[in-house]
Amino acid sequence: MIPAPELDYALLSPLLIVAAAALLGVLVEAFCPRGPRFVVQTALATAATVAALVASIVVYAGGDLGLTDEPGRTVVADEAAVITWMMLAIFAILGVALFADRRLDGGLSAFTGRAADRPGSDAEAEALRLRVEHTEIFPLAMFALLGMMLFAASADLLTMFVALEVLSLPLYLLCGIARRRRLLSQEAALKYFVLGAFSSAFFLYGIALAYGYSGSFAIGALGELHDDTELRVAAVALMAVGLLFKVGAVPFHTWTPDVYVGAPTPVTAFMAAGTKAAAFVALMRVLFASTETDWQPMIAVVAVVTMVVGSLLAIAQTDVKRMLAYSSVAHAGFLLTGVLGGSDAASVLFYLATYGLASIGAFAVVMLVRDAGGEATASARWAGLGRENPVLGVSFAIFMLSFAGIPLTGGFVGKLSVFIEAGGAGYGPVVVVGVLVSAVAAFFYVRMITVMFFAEPDGVAVASGAVVTTAVVVLAAVGTVILGIAPGPVLELVQQTGSLIP
Amino acid sequence: MSDLLTLSMILFTIGAVGVLVRRNALIVFMCVELMLNATNLAFVAFAREHGNLDGQLAAFLVMVVAAAEVVVGLAIIIAIHRSRGSVSVDEVRQVRG
Repeated sequence: MIPAPELDYALLSPLLIVAAAALLGVLVEAFCPRGPRFVVQTALATAATVAALVASIVVYAGGDLGLTDEPGRTVVADEAAVITWMMLAIFAILGVALFADRRLDGGLSAFTGRAADRPGSDAEAEALRLRVEHTEIFPLAMFALLGMMLFAASADLLTMFVALEVLSLPLYLLCGIARRRRLLSQEAALKYFVLGAFSSAFFLYGIALAYGYSGSFAIGALGELHDDTELRVAAVALMAVGLLFKVGAVPFHTWTPDVYVGAPTPVTAFMAAGTKAAAFVALMRVLFASTETDWQPMIAVVAVVTMVVGSLLAIAQTDVKRMLAYSSVAHAGFLLTGVLGGSDAASVLFYLATYGLASIGAFAVVMLVRDAGGEATASARWAGLGRENPVLGVSFAIFMLSFAGIPLTGGFVGKLSVFIEAGGAGYGPVVVVGVLVSAVAAFFYVRMITVMFFAEPDGVAVASGAVVTTAVVVLAAVGTVILGIAPGPVLELVQQTGSLIP
Repeated sequence: MSDLLTLSMILFTIGAVGVLVRRNALIVFMCVELMLNATNLAFVAFAREHGNLDGQLAAFLVMVVAAAEVVVGLAIIIAIHRSRGSVSVDEVRQVRG
């Protein structure tokens, strides 16, 4: 008889809830008639994400987190993991709401009815007439969420690799099924898939080398001193390449603009916030554990290059969605400065919360601003939007100010805390570059606000009746302001995180 | 042992170069698979060196993940082939790089 391992199911309940919802979603796909299926799937996904949020809070409040001493454990539910779960659950609640809004495009969701049809073919017209829908998007989103949560809670490199794939594979598919501009969307899916698989191969080879020198897959074993320096450095470098790709840092950012633009906007919103949060926690786990390897100089260079290149390219954009994509690259750079401290995850977690909220909100606004051809993403067409629709205009302005790091928004507190973290670790020059780049970046964020409020309206319509998406925008804006005015409770929460080394 | 590692590095490099220089999405995809299998070779080689089974276990997991990746990848490639009649990664260029 092999004794079954003792598992603390209560501690793992957020993961188990999301996994169960994903599997149930597949069953609903099989057995539920087409009519009510969309509603059933939406309800299931919403219930699961809310339950995961509640479960994470309960787990956190219950105390007694984290490190079970059992050797060979593969998942760790420490403070950092549980806080990331809460964050991801909130992003997923907002994301599912965006997925489910069918009032944007004359009663249709942002996803194609039947992805197998050739765009513009008779079959597609027929699918449209029959109002066929891909309700699989909800189970796919749940699997992606499961992957993200597991990614942030891995105590073991192999688990981390599997989590990386569980989070990536559904996203590759979700990227390719936009209703409008499907060729772009399919191209985004292919690009994301090929480059994602390429980078995860590097990550995996890094794992193989780490196993080679330490003889174990435990992340904690990365810090053990071994004679074989080359193997150790190569292992950390290769794993960092794979993870930096996922966070979209320069020079591994080339997929970001195309994928963000091509993917259906709800997916972009969910992916921008969720993947970044999960991947940064995973990156910190690997790097912080590699105490014997001098990784800080490499990350410092990557951070500087990412901030500069991301911001400069964002200035040149005339398309709002593409500008937001490059801005996400720039933010990866700011976040990397917070990693340089090498032991404290608090500043990065706070930044991730502010960035995630603001970017879900900003992409939700992109979903709402439309003309006859779908989303009107050319920034010139947003002229006068703030005057015609003050709620959207003010919300988008708040997101832009938060991205720029203007006081009284969450982004300011986030930037301040990552810069303090980097400065405290002796990376003053990186902070100087960061502050300068922030000033440059403020230019294009403020330019958007000027266009929205001080230019003559261009006759772009805002999707009326899209109550859910508008609610997401308002919630995200309120959250961003609260994180800016009263960051205390959240800052206290993230400061509870320990060393992150499982 | 180091011979096996060298072989796996050579295979990995061939795969990586293939991804970068080949144009057909299917070939690119096969090159990614080659990279994953080169990693498997490294895993089993290290497992033999350390005398534990973790590495062999990893190789199995990687195979399963690679199979899942094939499913998703081919789905995307087929969808693109249907709408364009070609799977060249060069022709797939609607947006600016």
